[in-house]
Amino acid sequence: ASAAALVVADGATVAVRSAVRAAQACASSSAVDVLLLGRSSSADANAAAAWEGVSSVIVGGADQPLTAEYAAPIVQAQLGSGAYRHVVAASTTFGKNVLPRVAGVLGVSTVSDVIEVKEDGGGEVFVRPIYAGNALATVRSKESTILLTVRPTAFEPVAERSEGLAEVSSLAAPEEAGGGQSRWVGEDRTESSRPDLTAAGVVVAGGRGLKSGDNFKLLEEIADELGGAVGATRAAVDLGWVANDMQVGQTGKVVAPELYIGVGISGAIQHLAGMKDSKVIVAINKDEEAPIFQVADYGLVADLFDAVPQLQEKLKALPKKQ
Amino acid sequence: MSSRKILVGVKRVVDYAVKVRVKKDGSGVDLNNVKMSMNPFCEIAVEEALRLREAKHAGEVIAVTIGPKKAAETVRVALGMGADRGLHIAVPNGDAELQPLAVASILKTIVEKEKPDVVILGKQSIDGDNNQTGQMLAGMLGWPQGTFASQVEVDPAENSLNVTREVDGGLETVALGLPAVVTCDLRLNEPRFATLPNMMKAKKKKIETTDVSSLDIDVAPRIEILHVSEPPKRAQGVFVNDVDELVDKLHREANVL
Repeated sequence: ASAAALVVADGATVAVRSAVRAAQACASSSAVDVLLLGRSSSADANAAAAWEGVSSVIVGGADQPLTAEYAAPIVQAQLGSGAYRHVVAASTTFGKNVLPRVAGVLGVSTVSDVIEVKEDGGGEVFVRPIYAGNALATVRSKESTILLTVRPTAFEPVAERSEGLAEVSSLAAPEEAGGGQSRWVGEDRTESSRPDLTAAGVVVAGGRGLKSGDNFKLLEEIADELGGAVGATRAAVDLGWVANDMQVGQTGKVVAPELYIGVGISGAIQHLAGMKDSKVIVAINKDEEAPIFQVADYGLVADLFDAVPQLQEKLKALPKKQ
Repeated sequence: MSSRKILVGVKRVVDYAVKVRVKKDGSGVDLNNVKMSMNPFCEIAVEEALRLREAKHAGEVIAVTIGPKKAAETVRVALGMGADRGLHIAVPNGDAELQPLAVASILKTIVEKEKPDVVILGKQSIDGDNNQTGQMLAGMLGWPQGTFASQVEVDPAENSLNVTREVDGGLETVALGLPAVVTCDLRLNEPRFATLPNMMKAKKKKIETTDVSSLDIDVAPRIEILHVSEPPKRAQGVFVNDVDELVDKLHREANVL
């Protein structure tokens, strides 16, 4: 029986490369196709066609931001061939918006935020965090078509293949976008020269201890020194100090960089849920009782307004890592 | 006064401040003697519905919960906040928690009966962390969806909602023809408290209870939970004395600089 996997994507991003890896891990999936929706361009299609393990790239829909009402029928039509056993999307806001809608249309369940795909005799099982990551559930889907969103930080992005390219094809755009039910009106994107939070190798995050939005400049300087991104706690975002999309946590972004530096962050359960899988965790806080120290590899009890400028000086003087 | 009806879903979950423990037998997390509350995102959903009614964009707010006997308390809180009436779809105590597909299927039948113009839900519940139900319901109904909403505005001329969504990299606005499903993000509003006097008054409001078995919906889990485990513990960290030592350790020991 055919048992391919379809990766539903909104561009040739690192998160999608991780989703391709997860799709490959679904044991019975012989081939992985990538369905590019949304703003995906021909450049994205060519990029995805060069990824290891991708059999074909299908470009669906117009070159514009897509609503879920528009995207879901395209995915549904692609599944109509019956060739796919798994449908995988990265658990980005795109994947989380579109995939469960497809599931609703099809009347099937979805496994959210998978962090591991394992073989268990009778097929694959999925591991996913629940209760803000305080527990891990191992689950098996009883569906004949298995829909998954996968946490990008948990899967190594696939590399580029050394030779050859996957086949690229295009789907005709549906006649009417979502039956005219919804219309994309506009957007307000945060412009940043720094890497994307969820893909950055270094994340420097700040909390209430920063005392103001202006003081996040201190963290930006450290991040720039290390080629990293800047994140924040819910408290700092709620206070209006930084943009919403900088929130790291259970309901914000999940990060798992090589190095996470938490500055002036006490470490609420909800924040820890978003960063505790980082490889190396540094915490700088003047309160030695702060819960973040319980997950930190290196803790520094200090006034951040002394420590952070010192840290920047030291980093400047350090030879750059190759 | 608009006659629009708003249906709000509310879920009883473990309180957000509780750090749950995994049961030793790996069957789940231990919820005995644990504080339970309304899911924080559901509180935001109730608040948004009330504000739409107060702004005369809606005439009635109906709060619905799906869960065991005690879930009725959560509907009561929604009524105390100001919802007009409540629905409780009763699920036998001790049954495995309903999964999003089952919840969305049940909500669909309620929508078909109550015929609301807007369904407002939280974007996720903080127990299962699935973030699926609203999208599934919208897909089942064939309605437009505005997920991760941080602002909701009614356009009365168009009979539509402008929903600003918190997406990766910023904000996005979509216009949704009604009826529609909205799911709330954290910063949509700050929910009011159900004050004691209002909770007393809410006792007079009606909660209609329906047994889930009477709805003729297959609610059996389609995702089998094999076991639940503790997340791996991180190795014990160390305190460093100063920035010099920190940088030295990150450079030589952790090899991340």
